[in-house]
Amino acid sequence: MSGTPVWAQLTYLFAAVCFILALKGLSSPRHARQGNLVGAVGAVVACVIVFFYADLRHIVPIVVAVAVGTIGGFVGARRVQMTQMPQLVALFNGVGGGAAALVALLELSDAHGPGVARFTLVATAFTIVVGAVSFAGSMVTFAKLQELMTSRPVLFPGLPVVFGASLLIALALAVLTVVEPGSWPAVGGGVLLAVVGLAVGLLLVLPVGGADVPIVISLLNAFTGLTVAAGGYVLGNTVLLVGGTLVGASGTFLTKLMASAMGRSVLNILFGALKGGSTLGAGEVSDRPVRSAGPEDMAILLNYASRVIVVPGYGLAVAQAQHTLRELVDLLGERGIVVDYAIHPVAGRMPGHMNVLLAEAQVPYEQLKEMEHINGEFKQADVVLVVGANDVVNPAAKTTPGAPIYGMPILNADEAKQVIFLKRSMRPGFAGIENELLYDPRTTLLFGDAKETLGKLLSAVKAL
Amino acid sequence: MSEPVVWLTFFILSVFVGIEVISKVSSTLHTPLMSGANAIHGIILLGAILVTGTAHTTLQLVVGLAAVVLASLNMVGGFVVTDRMLQMFTRRRPVAPDPSADRSDGATSTRGRR
Repeated sequence: MSGTPVWAQLTYLFAAVCFILALKGLSSPRHARQGNLVGAVGAVVACVIVFFYADLRHIVPIVVAVAVGTIGGFVGARRVQMTQMPQLVALFNGVGGGAAALVALLELSDAHGPGVARFTLVATAFTIVVGAVSFAGSMVTFAKLQELMTSRPVLFPGLPVVFGASLLIALALAVLTVVEPGSWPAVGGGVLLAVVGLAVGLLLVLPVGGADVPIVISLLNAFTGLTVAAGGYVLGNTVLLVGGTLVGASGTFLTKLMASAMGRSVLNILFGALKGGSTLGAGEVSDRPVRSAGPEDMAILLNYASRVIVVPGYGLAVAQAQHTLRELVDLLGERGIVVDYAIHPVAGRMPGHMNVLLAEAQVPYEQLKEMEHINGEFKQADVVLVVGANDVVNPAAKTTPGAPIYGMPILNADEAKQVIFLKRSMRPGFAGIENELLYDPRTTLLFGDAKETLGKLLSAVKAL
Repeated sequence: MSEPVVWLTFFILSVFVGIEVISKVSSTLHTPLMSGANAIHGIILLGAILVTGTAHTTLQLVVGLAAVVLASLNMVGGFVVTDRMLQMFTRRRPVAPDPSADRSDGATSTRGRR
């Protein structure tokens, strides 16, 4: 901080305040967008003023690198489909963690030896390890969500041992870096520390099942925040410290909120699969009979109902069928049928993801009912229309203690008089377990692509 | 106060502020909030610029530039994608004349005015 002029420090204070206002704005629907803009302004201002006070060399390559990253980030963020949002957030989070680890490595290579304060070395080691964990972990989450690899928990015998060992090695290396800065080769040690950190990140996320991956993104987001905060201490920069800590603290809190929305603890999500094979999901694909029907029959069922609840899931978004669904719901509404959308907190692939997807299709906010508000109404519903959802209506969450989703609050679709499932196939959901509700005598299945099926359903209702 | 204690003070206070400002967020906004917070830690770009600007060796320069690219990806991409998401939450209010939205028209516009 000593080399920073007062005006620059005051500007950093301004940026830090922007970040606080950004988070505050982002947590209320009315101010969310302004909040995000305020945060962006703070970040840009903080990054620009550094060129005016610090005695920097290599300005041209730095500006080029910033331009490359900016264009890449901008194009990626603009082009991505809303359904792929979670992966993109994971990716951006990972590169942030990676950048922090590299910054700390450079600091270590420059400033080592007996002259450096012990506490600075602690923060440096922390940044390298946790940044690497965040980078590797985020890349695994990215691969899982992008379906570059299986979304099921990846386990191998001895994984807990290897994981524990790499944690210990990371700790030992960090201690060496801090205690023996003179005799210990700083740069080599730092690189080694980063490599072990990568291994820890990999082993941390591999055993996490697909449905829990979003929670892990949030947790890794908090990790990156703390890494950036520690980096701020190393560099003596207040805005990094405050911004990073804000994200670390709010991210940890948000992770807890999300986990409790799923009725799980964060530890259970991370290490549940290590305790035994049960969380793998039985994966039993049975050939028990199910009832399926054509769109015409289902149209009659819908048309003569007085209360319908729609349960949208990720499959709806994948098929890009949000708009067709909205048309169908609007048509039923015109015929005097009360229709609501029941939104599970983790519908889609990330908490709140479904709200974003339906907002994209311009579904009125008032029709989106959160789980706790609508769960009591399923008993009165004549028809529940489940479109591309599975795990969030799976009664196994209430009845099967061994299931990976056991304890997760679900939408009580099983209490309705009739259930219509729009499904692509009998393939189990993201959590990889079978859904008893599919075999219930009150359930009828309508197979096919969600968009096509909804289109047929829509024209069949119109014809009535 | 010694300098580490000053920093510790910043840290602890920021922790409380961080938790306090988001404590009442509804689950509707979890995704944009996560994404927005993700963009904020892209401020590591500032740190990356600082260390790259003081690089002495070519290797340091290369590593630093890599950090700058990654950090600006994080920061710019994060803010842009969050804005795109939030745009969808706010855009639908002025869309009231859409014929399919008659039923909720009244409710929607009152919301906007509130």
